[in-house]
Amino acid sequence: MSDYAISVGGLTKRFGKVLAVDSVSFNVRQGTTCALLGGNGAGKTTTLSVLLGLLLPTAGRVTVLGEDILRHRYRVLPRMNFTSPYVDLPKRLTVAENLTVYARLYGLKNVRPRLEELSEELQIGAFMHRPYGTLSAGQRTRVALAKSLLNEPVVLLLDEPTASLDPDMGDRMRGLLMNYQKRSGATLLVASHNMLEVERMCTDVIIMREGKIVDQGTPQALLTRYGRKNLEEVFLDVARGRADEPATRGTS
Amino acid sequence: MSAVVFSPRRIGAMVLRHVYLMRKSWPRILELAYYPSVQMILWGFIAKFLTTNSSWVAQAPGLLIASVLLWDILFRSQLGVSLTFFEEMYSRNLGHLFVSPLRPYELVCSKLVISLLRTLIGVGGAALLAIPFYHYSIFSMGLPLIAFFVNLMMMGWAIGLMVAALVLRWGLGAESLAWALIFAAAPVSGVYYPINVLPGWLQPLALALPASHVFEGMRAVMIEHQFRTDLLLNALLLNLIYLAAGVVIFLAAFHAARKRGLLLHIGE
Repeated sequence: MSDYAISVGGLTKRFGKVLAVDSVSFNVRQGTTCALLGGNGAGKTTTLSVLLGLLLPTAGRVTVLGEDILRHRYRVLPRMNFTSPYVDLPKRLTVAENLTVYARLYGLKNVRPRLEELSEELQIGAFMHRPYGTLSAGQRTRVALAKSLLNEPVVLLLDEPTASLDPDMGDRMRGLLMNYQKRSGATLLVASHNMLEVERMCTDVIIMREGKIVDQGTPQALLTRYGRKNLEEVFLDVARGRADEPATRGTS
Repeated sequence: MSAVVFSPRRIGAMVLRHVYLMRKSWPRILELAYYPSVQMILWGFIAKFLTTNSSWVAQAPGLLIASVLLWDILFRSQLGVSLTFFEEMYSRNLGHLFVSPLRPYELVCSKLVISLLRTLIGVGGAALLAIPFYHYSIFSMGLPLIAFFVNLMMMGWAIGLMVAALVLRWGLGAESLAWALIFAAAPVSGVYYPINVLPGWLQPLALALPASHVFEGMRAVMIEHQFRTDLLLNALLLNLIYLAAGVVIFLAAFHAARKRGLLLHIGE
């Protein structure tokens, strides 16, 4: 099997006249955490959706764990999972009921012990038996993370994983995800606007703008290339098109 | 966590999701039986009146009650598929479902099972109520009732899948189709009258519907005391075509939704 958990080549997605993703190619090494950065409409969620098989591309090739996701997504879906603010869970079901349903969908044999583990790790025990719809945004985010970890995925795609969490809980969740990654050797692909999160969690960064990859590398390499102190400044350079102006760049 | 192509466990998980929902809400369960019961009571009184004023109805006093109960099997089975699908859309759950190993056809199977449960609760309750209210038991029809039930369920499933497909394609704005489509079929299905009372140009349309063969069959059993296997086979054949079309249309709508990126964004 290749060293890459995710391999994307020439990925293009067109919605009518709108070119959402324009011939994007990248690889994510196994056992790493890679960030997908970009402003609104950069094509991050579209790219993640194609990786999950939720969206069919106009052109291109996508391989996850060595399987062509466009032809054999069901071979890898049991080993993947994801969370996104664009999707939700049934609101009238309790947290435990929602997680039980998904545990069964993912074919877990021992549902209850796994729910107890996740309940402890994500600190969701206090509202495990409350309807999902009555939870705060932060609590829902933690439940969504619990759902995404149910099957101990080998590839985990996270769209804004700590959105709606207060700084303390956000920090705990980042720690938990990093521990999970270290312990399991899973590959994480994170779409985020939180640059501190990216700096802390990610070994590689891909920056997108207007459907294209405009830069990629390790966080340190990007900081050096742009002559910036943090990824927030790099992000602003790219988002505002200053990356194209040589004057703003540092040594590369 | 294997990539099995058809998993009863996954279908069971989706059924469980709706059982959880029903279990915690008694009003929901009562509601399932409420409308069929009210319909049955209304038509029961009409039948009571007509048995003394109409020689046709007098031949089989339970005819109208049986008609309304069988019609409700069709109606409830269709709603059981389409409404439970809408629930996934209302809760913006489709994105999660379709990145899990659940296959679209497993989702379809689970909706059919849930529809069966909801219909048994809803129409079953009304059928039992008819016994003390009007001294009429639809179960006295015997084995033909099973044939009618199966055929009406199948037609309801087919229409339910088509409605779900249309809503997947055009969004929840099209949800009124859940009621509109089935009601359009009612006048030509011969629920309360033989289809030969329809104008000649409308009769071929009626004959193209499985339900019209079922209701003709029901009248044959109740009035002529004869089980018409020809009508049953017609209904079954048409239902197989309708159901296959329903599944194909639903899967095509799912494919189109994947092309258009609707699965992640569709919802309230």
